[in-house]
Amino acid sequence: MSSNAIEMNFADWFELTNLYADYARAVDSGDWDLWPEFFTEDCLYRLVPRENHERGFPLATLSFDSKGMLKDRVYGIRETLFHDPYYQRHVTGAPVVRKVEAVAGNVRWHCEANYAVFRTKLSEVSTVFNVGRYLDVVERTPAGLKFAERICVYDSEMIPNSIIYPI
Amino acid sequence: MTTPSTVFPTGVSWETAGTSRIPFKVYTDEEVHKQELERFFYKGHWSYVGLEAEIPEPGDFKRTVVGERSVIMVRDAEGGISVVENVCAHRGMRFCRERHGNRKEFVCPYHQWNYTLKGDLQGVPFRRGVKQDGKVNGGMPADFKVEDHGLTQLKVATRGGVVFASFDHEVEPLEDYIGPTILQYFDRLFNGRKLRILGYNRQRIPGNWKLMQENIKDPYHPGLLHTWFVTFGLWRADNKSELKMDAHGRHAAMISTRGQGGKAAQVTQVPSFKESMQLNDPRFLDIVPEPWWNGPTAVMTTLFPSVILQQQVNSVSTRHIQPDGHGSFDFVWTHFAFEDDDDEMLQRRLRQANLFGPAGFVSADDGEVIEFSQEGFEQKPFHRALAELGGRAVDLHTDHMVTETLIRGMYGYWRRVMEEGGGPRGSTPQAGGAEVSQ
Repeated sequence: MSSNAIEMNFADWFELTNLYADYARAVDSGDWDLWPEFFTEDCLYRLVPRENHERGFPLATLSFDSKGMLKDRVYGIRETLFHDPYYQRHVTGAPVVRKVEAVAGNVRWHCEANYAVFRTKLSEVSTVFNVGRYLDVVERTPAGLKFAERICVYDSEMIPNSIIYPI
Repeated sequence: MTTPSTVFPTGVSWETAGTSRIPFKVYTDEEVHKQELERFFYKGHWSYVGLEAEIPEPGDFKRTVVGERSVIMVRDAEGGISVVENVCAHRGMRFCRERHGNRKEFVCPYHQWNYTLKGDLQGVPFRRGVKQDGKVNGGMPADFKVEDHGLTQLKVATRGGVVFASFDHEVEPLEDYIGPTILQYFDRLFNGRKLRILGYNRQRIPGNWKLMQENIKDPYHPGLLHTWFVTFGLWRADNKSELKMDAHGRHAAMISTRGQGGKAAQVTQVPSFKESMQLNDPRFLDIVPEPWWNGPTAVMTTLFPSVILQQQVNSVSTRHIQPDGHGSFDFVWTHFAFEDDDDEMLQRRLRQANLFGPAGFVSADDGEVIEFSQEGFEQKPFHRALAELGGRAVDLHTDHMVTETLIRGMYGYWRRVMEEGGGPRGSTPQAGGAEVSQ
């Protein structure tokens, strides 16, 4: 490990990795109401093509900057967006913690993790759907660890038709 | 319909002289597709290639396509824009692999043939052979002329910061191609202000490319498929609407102005409307009218065959249709803003972009239905689709949305070009295909 490695105790590390595993479980469960609860009220959630991210273009495929917007997305998924039903399966790598800071007494971890999402449509084989990395800011709140930011920067050059469910 | 003699007929057969019944074969036949590429993308037509703002500096380039042919849009040292085909004159290699960048010249890595940014061949390694032991070995023949071996150069036209290209140097001027009716909507959006690129979205839609043109010529579906529009009151049955097309029926504009008055229940006849439904975060619909709209809150313009120009309230973009065989196309969205936007307007455009694109609240489902239409066509290629809402003729102008006239108009043009053997020139709405009424 490099000399400026982040020091973390085991309990924090356990809690953090548990958050990542739990997020993957939640967004693959089909119970979309679970998803916004992983975020703070004034969170930032973005799904961004790597091209835009690296070239400094501000456009995202989805860009939500409040928990309310995430709830609106859940409503859209469930009630208004017509789409082929599918299962999705997230495989998330172990997070690497880049920076630790304390904001108003709360600890914030800046983390990064690779992810791959597989899609399985009914009567079809499973395919690679979206791959990239999460750029996260995780905050300790009275309700436990929450994402203050989750920016999904995806390598996938082409979205296979559409993305409906949360990455 | 009685049982057909064959499930897989050869050739395209139209049920009527008009275009209100569209044979599935126009979407499923690879030969038809190749003929479309020849006649619509490679001859007699302009194709969208990009925005000038994507290549602001000399040497800036963007790789894109015209039809299924890879091309490079580049700004040369003098500030002009060239479009050249991305195929080396030597061994045919698609040499440009980056999608954007800055170059002083184009070099094919295979044998280092190098070209100016305008596509002229400037140098060929070992052209005059290699001297060894007092003699010259090899080299190109004495009559080899670099002038004869440039990259294919396309004809280029720009208007309002939008760049079009054509392999056909005899193509009519861009303004005539777009025609006066649609040109006014083109100029409304691209009125000379400098554009700022906000970024891209790319999706691959497994359906025939024409289905995307049809989707944006179809005012029947938005209030029915896009329940999000309806639920939150953006689409209402009292929207004031107009449909227009060019004299050939190939380009179109769907123009609508959001209804404001009246009680919602009286103005929408769509069951999915929920008057009490509120967004948790209403900023998705923080719409601020802009002076250049001159009224309409949404104008969706289809320029046949390659591009859709979007103004949906404050969200503006181009959507490039890039065919890949008869059953698939790539759909590339370029969102932009205007130079004089303040930060608030910029953020508003970005936030409203959530409605559009491959995950958008009201666009994701367009890709989905196109895929499923294609599936239906493939399994039942002897059948045909219906486009009879609002009658069977082509009305060049209507003042409501309850019609599929724009789709009939496009296929009127399609039939004239595809059936008359010749090129697209001289095609008029009267020359066969659908009946036209004004």
